[in-house]
Amino acid sequence: MLAQYGYVGILLICAIGFTVIIPLIPKILMVMGLIPTKKNPTKEGQYECGMQTIGKTWVQYNFRYYFFAVLFVLFDMLTIFLYPWAVNVTGLGVGGLIAVGIFLAILIIGYLYAWRKGALQWK
Amino acid sequence: MTLLDEFQLFLKTLGWPDWAYYSVPALTGIVIIVAAVLTIVIVFIWWERRLLGRFQIRLGPNRCGPEGIFQPIATAVKILLKEDIVPAKADKVVHFIAPIAVFVPVLMVFAVIPFDKAAILVDLNVGAIYIIAISSLSMLAIFMAAWASCNKYSLIAGLRAIAQMVSYELPVVMSLVGVAMMASSLSMVKIVEAQTLPFILLQPLGCLIFFLGSLAEMNRCPFDLLEADSEIVAGYHTEYSGMKFALFYLGEYGVAFVYAAVITTLFLSGWQGPFLPPVLWFLIKVFLVFTLILWMRATLPRLRVDQLMTFAWKFMLPMSLINLIVVAIEILLVPASLQWVMIVINFGLAAVLILLFSRMFTFGGGRVEV
Repeated sequence: MLAQYGYVGILLICAIGFTVIIPLIPKILMVMGLIPTKKNPTKEGQYECGMQTIGKTWVQYNFRYYFFAVLFVLFDMLTIFLYPWAVNVTGLGVGGLIAVGIFLAILIIGYLYAWRKGALQWK
Repeated sequence: MTLLDEFQLFLKTLGWPDWAYYSVPALTGIVIIVAAVLTIVIVFIWWERRLLGRFQIRLGPNRCGPEGIFQPIATAVKILLKEDIVPAKADKVVHFIAPIAVFVPVLMVFAVIPFDKAAILVDLNVGAIYIIAISSLSMLAIFMAAWASCNKYSLIAGLRAIAQMVSYELPVVMSLVGVAMMASSLSMVKIVEAQTLPFILLQPLGCLIFFLGSLAEMNRCPFDLLEADSEIVAGYHTEYSGMKFALFYLGEYGVAFVYAAVITTLFLSGWQGPFLPPVLWFLIKVFLVFTLILWMRATLPRLRVDQLMTFAWKFMLPMSLINLIVVAIEILLVPASLQWVMIVINFGLAAVLILLFSRMFTFGGGRVEV
């Protein structure tokens, strides 16, 4: 079991190694003079349709999906509990299905309430 | 017994030390996987440009090599020789890390994808959950890129990315529960072996939801709001150039390959098929799924943000919940010999539900208010 995750670990190390090399190739070519490096302030500014950026970019932002995020956490917790049941549906039988049904029903009531309240609307 | 295990046993009989016989087969497998992913991604890029040209009644790239097959390589060389521009105000460290963090999860997912019964790196017993967990990491990397670029368009794209991920993760995960129930396992090999009939026949609704949700997760048309060129330039990779941009590009097609492979494994019975060798069947199915994705891109216009969220929360989530409950009841009540009953019921149910739910939406003309 642990040996299997060892392979995943080796793959992680190899993947990071391989991927870090890709953006480093241009640095080597730059030293060899194959890639141009001509800096100027206009080139290093942010792109905004040719205009100068007004104000800062990293500002406080109304991200609008606070309720979506809360509901996401809720349903994600639900799925965590669903998976152990899902792999053994026939073993747990009707009793398991009823238990999960009650669990789902509580969440669906909350979901319908959120829908009614307009929390699922992107305003 | 996978090919990896056989290789290990072979090395053991040669009397190699412990660390060597453990790591050498793994490294060989990883090299093969990375090479295969890159090759297929390059073929995908060519296939997309060529086919999209045909969809738009033009030729597409046809100069480099026969049928333009070397065009992606020419593009790669061109990108390699571009100047690497980093905005003066950008967060330099995160700006460098972001493209790497996009591409690493793509490679990581292929650890558990079975190209064949034996051709798999590790057959984890939680394979499906592993895929869900790893593949959503790319979204975080996209947000890193968007934030570090210090560009307002990018920031909007990043916020959209998170909103999209939060919404579409749920239907995808829920429809996966249906697959886990039918296969009574989360191991990818066992899921494929459980499919004497492909699961697309047994739960068409789950397959549809998974397909649409994965389209959103890989930022493809009609859900490509992150790179909506007509609204926010190039979205999160506006400020990227050179090889860093190439990594995003590779990552995008890599994710497309990942999801095409996952759909093939979960719903289209993976490597199984008559006459041809299993690996070939797997690749044929992956290409069919990718062609379908391309077809969607060529056909459908882009959604608006509010339509996107409405579609996820008021269409796909309720449908995936219904699908989940119906599949559970069917598994308990319908005996295995009467699977055709299940097919009929599920196709009928899918049609009825899609019709009912689509009555709630009025697309075209005006805002969608549900």
